[in-house]
Amino acid sequence: MNEYLALSMILFTIGAVGVLVRRNAIIVFMCVELMLNATNLALVSFSRQHGNLDGQLAAFFVMVVAAAEVVVGLAIIVSIHRARRSVSVDDAHLLNL
Amino acid sequence: MLTLLAATPLVGALLVTLLPRGDAAAQRRAKYVAFAVSIVALGLSLGLLAGYDVESGGYQFTVQEDWIGQLGAHYALGVNGIGLTLILLTSILTPIVILASFNDVLPGRRSANSYFAWMLVLEGLALGVFAATDVFLFYVLFEATLVPIYFLIGSYGGEGRQRAAVKFFIYNLLGGLLMLASVVGLYVVSRDAGEPSYLLSDLMALDIDGTTEKLLFVGFFAAFAIKAPLWPLHTWLPDAAKSATPGTSVLMVSVIDKVGTFGMIRWCLEIFPNASEWASPVVMVLAVISIVYGALAAIGSDDIRRLIAYTSVSHFGFIILGIFAFTTTSTAGSVLYMFNHGLSTAALFLVTGVMIARRGSASIGAFGGVQKIAPVLSGVLLVAGLSSLSLPGLAPFVSEFMVLAGTFTRSIPLATIATLGIVLAALYILIMYQRTMTGPLQPQSAVVTDLDAREVGALAPTLVLIIGLGFFPQPLLDVINPAADRVVERVGVGDPPPETGVAPPSDDDHEGGH
Amino acid sequence: MFDYVWLLVAFPAAGAALLLTWGKESDRFGHLIATVASALSFVWGLVLFIGLLGRDGDDRSITDSLFTWFSSGAFHVEMSLVFDPLSALFVLLITGVGTLIHVYSIGYMEHDERRRRFFAFLNLFIAAMLTLVLAGDYLVLFLGWEGVGLASYLLIGFWQHKPSAAAAAKKAFVVNRVGDLGMALALMLMFAQFGTTSIQLVNDSVGSASAGVATALGLLLLLGACGKSAQVPLQSWLLDAMEGPTPVSALIHAATMVTAGVYLVVRSSGVYDASEVARTAVVVVGLVTLLVGAYIGCAKDDIKKALAGSTMSQIGYMMLAAGLGPYGYAFAIFHLITHGFFKANMFLGAGSVMHGMNDDVDMRHYGALRKAMPVTFATFGLGYLAIIGFPGFSGFFSKDKIIEAALGENLWVGLAALLGAGVTAFYMTRLMAMTFFGEKRWRDEVHPHESPRVMTIPLIVLAAASVLGGLLLLGDWITDWLEPVVGHTEHHELAVPPIVISLIVTAVVAVGVAVGWFTYGARAVDDTAPTKVSPFTRAGRADLYGDAINDVVVVRPTMALARGLEWFDRRGLDAFAVGVGSRLGELAQGLRRSQTGYVRTYALGIFIGALVLTLALMAVTF
Repeated sequence: MNEYLALSMILFTIGAVGVLVRRNAIIVFMCVELMLNATNLALVSFSRQHGNLDGQLAAFFVMVVAAAEVVVGLAIIVSIHRARRSVSVDDAHLLNL
Repeated sequence: MLTLLAATPLVGALLVTLLPRGDAAAQRRAKYVAFAVSIVALGLSLGLLAGYDVESGGYQFTVQEDWIGQLGAHYALGVNGIGLTLILLTSILTPIVILASFNDVLPGRRSANSYFAWMLVLEGLALGVFAATDVFLFYVLFEATLVPIYFLIGSYGGEGRQRAAVKFFIYNLLGGLLMLASVVGLYVVSRDAGEPSYLLSDLMALDIDGTTEKLLFVGFFAAFAIKAPLWPLHTWLPDAAKSATPGTSVLMVSVIDKVGTFGMIRWCLEIFPNASEWASPVVMVLAVISIVYGALAAIGSDDIRRLIAYTSVSHFGFIILGIFAFTTTSTAGSVLYMFNHGLSTAALFLVTGVMIARRGSASIGAFGGVQKIAPVLSGVLLVAGLSSLSLPGLAPFVSEFMVLAGTFTRSIPLATIATLGIVLAALYILIMYQRTMTGPLQPQSAVVTDLDAREVGALAPTLVLIIGLGFFPQPLLDVINPAADRVVERVGVGDPPPETGVAPPSDDDHEGGH
Repeated sequence: MFDYVWLLVAFPAAGAALLLTWGKESDRFGHLIATVASALSFVWGLVLFIGLLGRDGDDRSITDSLFTWFSSGAFHVEMSLVFDPLSALFVLLITGVGTLIHVYSIGYMEHDERRRRFFAFLNLFIAAMLTLVLAGDYLVLFLGWEGVGLASYLLIGFWQHKPSAAAAAKKAFVVNRVGDLGMALALMLMFAQFGTTSIQLVNDSVGSASAGVATALGLLLLLGACGKSAQVPLQSWLLDAMEGPTPVSALIHAATMVTAGVYLVVRSSGVYDASEVARTAVVVVGLVTLLVGAYIGCAKDDIKKALAGSTMSQIGYMMLAAGLGPYGYAFAIFHLITHGFFKANMFLGAGSVMHGMNDDVDMRHYGALRKAMPVTFATFGLGYLAIIGFPGFSGFFSKDKIIEAALGENLWVGLAALLGAGVTAFYMTRLMAMTFFGEKRWRDEVHPHESPRVMTIPLIVLAAASVLGGLLLLGDWITDWLEPVVGHTEHHELAVPPIVISLIVTAVVAVGVAVGWFTYGARAVDDTAPTKVSPFTRAGRADLYGDAINDVVVVRPTMALARGLEWFDRRGLDAFAVGVGSRLGELAQGLRRSQTGYVRTYALGIFIGALVLTLALMAVTF
């Protein structure tokens, strides 16, 4: 059982580090997906451990939301890419001073 | 009736905004319409006065409708003697201000339509504030008055107007938010006691726990003290008065600032009598500081508009002192003072406004010897000034003396220090008069021409009232007295009796006549 | 018909209102309206006075309650006028002398373009002064009190184009306000103590109040009296007040308004009877002013200021008498009336001289005017004899009585009063000698001439009154007449008979006259004021440094404080309030820096936040 959770933690950490250190928006995006799926793995594992379906239910929710997020997120990335010819997240920092 | 009265200027304002703008003829039409609307409102409030039953006193012309049931907020209006006095003041001053502001030079290409419309909005809101008998309604209208003043100062004022407007707004909003906290607190208190209700009469029946009462009182009082303004929360006033047009200053100082002192009587004393008594020593000391401090700062001012603003700080000190002395005489004196101060300050702001507009400078040093070329103007300034220094025979004297005499029975030291104010008042008025009006005519002030017929027409009613009320204040006092009595009774301190009984009048020489 | 006391006030008040609101077309006849209004008031006063004469002693008081001025709570003030023996005398003095001065002013102010306004102010003054003396309530009295202050302010500063006149007017008003402080506090004390400010009720019941109350009332009222009557320490405004047109100096600053303080003390006899301390204070103030005024009178070369010093000194006499209690009240009033005659006479005479000398006021530029201005000289001379107390003239009787009463009270007080009489004789002789005798010291372009008849006739009338004023004492008439108001008079029995005292006084006066004559009459007077003079003279010329002291002790600190506070308000208090706002703004600016716009910064923030949250949860759970 703990192996699944360990894998989930490792995947989550890889995803988190990726979000923090990578500049390419697509990669960041993939890392976010990685984190989500790490969570899904954990949820499903817990579901199995506890012998009920709550965790699996939650995992499906996450998948649905992730799919929606991908749609919106990719659209934004594409439009930024069109406008700036770049997908580096550091190039889009209009919120700063 | 009250709804009609308050709605008239608001509808009028809408009308004035919708009128065509642009050329001089259109602007003139807007002015005339605005003036006519304010006259109608004056007529209505005179009708109110005529219909008010002085004998029975209390709240009359009451209206009460549910507004927001869950909050216990009502649309409730009604006037007692105090509210009626201030409604009269508002509706008397507005036409005067509009008439006097006909030729105000507005900055940029701003239209006169909006200028006068905002004035009417202000009048309507002020009338509503003085008539509201529901805390929630009062609070909403109270905060709403900030908007027209903000625009009147910020859009139509003189140099530094935007900064002054923002300062005015933030300062007053801060007070308003403190009050909001208390308003919310009142809801909790009244809900815990049963049905939530913001009606004055329901709130008066509440039995509020001591500490809670004090906290709620402080919230209300802070808002009113900023509005009034009480030292040391007064510093927005000189700046605002300096940057506003004379008409705006009049509406702001003579009418809207009265909401502060009015609120102290209507809400602080009525709903929180025990806390008011608890706070009264501190408030009275602050009031006395206001009196002396305002007068001294006025003496030290070189800008005429700031000077008048400081005199108002001093006068508001008297009003607050009278309210928190809790005697019938001083409370009635304070209410009368609100009315009289409105008149005398209006006259001062308007007449100096004319001077300043003609000369193009508000510095006292920019004038000199104006009396020679503008005798009527200087005469009006002198009478207005003398009323500000409370010369007997002019209206403010009676009220100031009532405040002082009432306070004297409470605290001799405070009354004595406050009386110093009368000496300082003579200084600030006469120094200003001496430096602007007398002496050889300064060449640079030769541009000040005398008042024209319209200006005399605008100022004459204030002077007539100032002199008339100096000798015959009793009709107005008859309206105020029962309400003042009730307030003092509510606080429950009671008038101290004279310490030595008066010898019975001996018939032969006292009654005389024969 | 005797209830119409208010008509007395109404005539001049209506005159003033009419003249102030009527336009330029009334310039031609405005002065006549004013004079007639004042004269009507005098005639009506005479009618009422005769009516009063016809009544019994106890019945001599007419109360005319007009309306309730204001009433609230326990405070009730009736606008009531009382015509009793005391106010009757004042009414006649005010309207009588006032009317004469109106007539005189027609000539004096003939070439002034604002003459109509001048007469309006004069009428305003008469109305206010009548309100003051007729008031049945202290608050109504205060109304008149401030009204005369206003009229005085307007008239001192009548020639507003002169900065000195405007400054003098302001000073008079402000110094008077200091006195009013005392008045106002006294009024409040009355209200707190007795629940009323009716003069009658307060004086009746003050005896049953504690002694402290009576003393406090007495001292506070005295402060008010000091302001209005230019008594030490509030004397400094009177000399400056001479900036006003001379008829004003005669009417307001000699005959009537400045004596209001004495009236107040006498009117409040109940208060002063109840407090020994307050009475003593009145005596001390009177005595000090008597000597200070006389001292200043000796040192001035300006004819009006010399007379003003003399006025202070004479009012000091009245105050002194008023402080002596029941015995002195009647004599205070007696001297007040005779002084009203002869001092008005002399001021108008001085005005007549100035009229002929192109408004020069320096006596060192006069000399030998007795030939050029015979009528002025004659009338002024009669006034002079009256003021020094020449036997048979009015001042002789009135001043004599005061000195006699003072001696009866206290030997030293009496001697000081006696000294004052000698000094009076000296400075008045000096004034006479420098003006009317000796060599001509006229300036080149000056051609003295007698004034027109409209000015000399009032002089003649007043001179006659100065001579005959003593008749009021005939058969102790004045003391009997005032008895219902001021209480019964007990005669002090002195160790020496009155005639001896009269002789001593006359001898002292003679010495004063002689010294004056041999210093200024028999010797040539310097054309310009000598500069090498003793410190005593210098002090006198500087009004005994009254202004300098006020300046250092009161004026400068107040002005400095005012400027300082105004500065503090802007730079301190307001800066603090604005500063709170600015600090908040700066804080916000600082926080804004954390918003870098880089997604990873935000992401890191989220992670750290999540981490902290998790740790916190774990800390709570385990």
